[in-house]
Amino acid sequence: MKTLILRTASNYLLPLLLVFSVFILLRGHYLPGGGFVGGLIAAIAFVLHAFANGLDNTKGLLRFHPGFLMPVGLGLAFISGLAPVIGLDDPFMTGLWFPEPFPVIGSVGSALFFDIGVYLVVIGVTLTIIFTISESA
Amino acid sequence: MTQQLILYPLLLQMLLAIILMFFWRKINAQRVISMLGSLVHLAVSIGVFAYIWNNGTQTVQAGNWEAPFGITFIADTFAATMVLLTSIAGLAVSIFSSGSVIGDRLRFGYFPIFHFLLLGLTGAFLTGDIFNLYVWFEIIIISSFVLITIGGEKAQLEGAVKYFTLNFLASMIFLTAIAVLYGLTGSLNMADLANKVAAVENRALVEITAILFLIGFGIKSALFPLYFWLPASYHTPPSAVSAIFGGLLTKVGVYALVRVFTLIFVDDVFLDQILLVLAIFTLFSGALGALVQNNIRKVFSYLIICHIGYMIIGLGMFTEVAIAGTIFYLVHDIVVKTNLFMISGLIYRIKGSNSMRALGGFYANYPKLSLLMFIPLFSLVGIPPLSGFWPKISLITASFESGSYWSLAAIIFASFITLVVIAKLWAEVFWKDATEIPERPKFRYYHKIRNIKKVQIIVPIVFLSLVSLYIGFGAEHIQTLSARIASELIDNQQYIDAVLNTQKSE
Repeated sequence: MKTLILRTASNYLLPLLLVFSVFILLRGHYLPGGGFVGGLIAAIAFVLHAFANGLDNTKGLLRFHPGFLMPVGLGLAFISGLAPVIGLDDPFMTGLWFPEPFPVIGSVGSALFFDIGVYLVVIGVTLTIIFTISESA
Repeated sequence: MTQQLILYPLLLQMLLAIILMFFWRKINAQRVISMLGSLVHLAVSIGVFAYIWNNGTQTVQAGNWEAPFGITFIADTFAATMVLLTSIAGLAVSIFSSGSVIGDRLRFGYFPIFHFLLLGLTGAFLTGDIFNLYVWFEIIIISSFVLITIGGEKAQLEGAVKYFTLNFLASMIFLTAIAVLYGLTGSLNMADLANKVAAVENRALVEITAILFLIGFGIKSALFPLYFWLPASYHTPPSAVSAIFGGLLTKVGVYALVRVFTLIFVDDVFLDQILLVLAIFTLFSGALGALVQNNIRKVFSYLIICHIGYMIIGLGMFTEVAIAGTIFYLVHDIVVKTNLFMISGLIYRIKGSNSMRALGGFYANYPKLSLLMFIPLFSLVGIPPLSGFWPKISLITASFESGSYWSLAAIIFASFITLVVIAKLWAEVFWKDATEIPERPKFRYYHKIRNIKKVQIIVPIVFLSLVSLYIGFGAEHIQTLSARIASELIDNQQYIDAVLNTQKSE
């Protein structure tokens, strides 16, 4: 599918979709959204780029193997769950929050880091699966 | 920090799996991390067990949401014992894997997935929430599906399809059962369910839900007539994988059955009768299946099914003595079955075959190894004072007391057939004259591998044999433990109180 229209559009769509995925990620605490959906949207951004420009170009864009995001994301989620245990001796996964909301982002707490972990894992898993399938096809 | 001690085995396994994923391509590093981590896990599990033994049931409300709204983790003596056994079997299989599983398989993430499997098992034992139990079961079957297919041989894939289809069906049924239960009571916390299910007036619906749970867990624990996936798949993956599957995967189904039928669905004569009948048929069909097999690993697979019957028969009788027998059998069986599959792996490494007809002359050629293998083989049969003997006393006493003579007959018949099967195996593999098995050109025979690998294969077998011997000779300790667990399970009020009366921590 090497059409000029798609290729030109994908260059603009990639950053746009990535920003949108972050928006969905941040929105997720009280509204529909969250790490899982956000991760899928981010993965779609890269898949669309791969469709338009070829797999090798997208891999060059990413610079590292997407599978690496899996342990990073899991580790982040794990640490966010463990933080209350280490810090305050509260039960595992107790939500810790900064008292004041940050501008633009909103309230920041351990749940956000958990969700970012989910986001990274979903990107890693989805891209690994899709890249592997399209390589062997 | 001790408040959350019971979570540490869980967190440690998760940490191990994550660390191992960072070393995806470096299999030597993975070997070391997995073995050391499993050793630490064993130490932590012993710590948890000792703490529970001295201080009684402990709970943690994850996320600090009070029960019954949050997810509860609870370690009573039963759960702590199962976690300890998981870590014992996990350590043995971790060492055995690094000695026996070939590098081509390890490169596809064998160790991370192995630790995810152990994470799922630990979680399933510790959780106090029935939906959370479902989630741990999913983690278990997804990891086990990867482990069973890793390597991608044709026979493996064929076994894996059967394994996955039926286990997936079991999960669906389990999920349906949870949905019905939630519709009936509006709760998922097991302690809360225990109270609410007892108050439901529509007993027929409760019984149907219980049957759904029975079918779901029955497929997973290979109960008659739902066991066909087990002998079709357990002989196909590497023996290290079979060892952890044979030792723990069916037992987590038994654990769930025991937990659900002592906590949520209690005092139901109809259900107890069904459990008894199923257990009797399981004993018969497993024993007869084992009798006609030629492949050693298939023999062991059928013996797993047969011996699941012992555990369920104790649950069906539902007296304190019978449940103690069930628990003792569970403890003995996890150690022995893990060991037996590792032994089948060792035999395969030495001779390149697992066929009883083709093998022979083991005792003449490897007298020391044969004596080592004698321990788990005859522990399984239960020749006194080895470990399989003691739980049967409790079970037989209980069946006399409750007057269920069919169970008595089934117990005795199945132990007799187990004896015949193991005696036949011993005669064929160890005493028969050695036969010429054609040498396989690319196979890595035992005498060709490096010494360190030999040690890694032998040490876990010795370790588990020692544990088996301890269970046999220190039967008094295990009996005390089983009796305590049985009394806790029968008197489920202390479990309920432990979950529902915990104060929110500051």
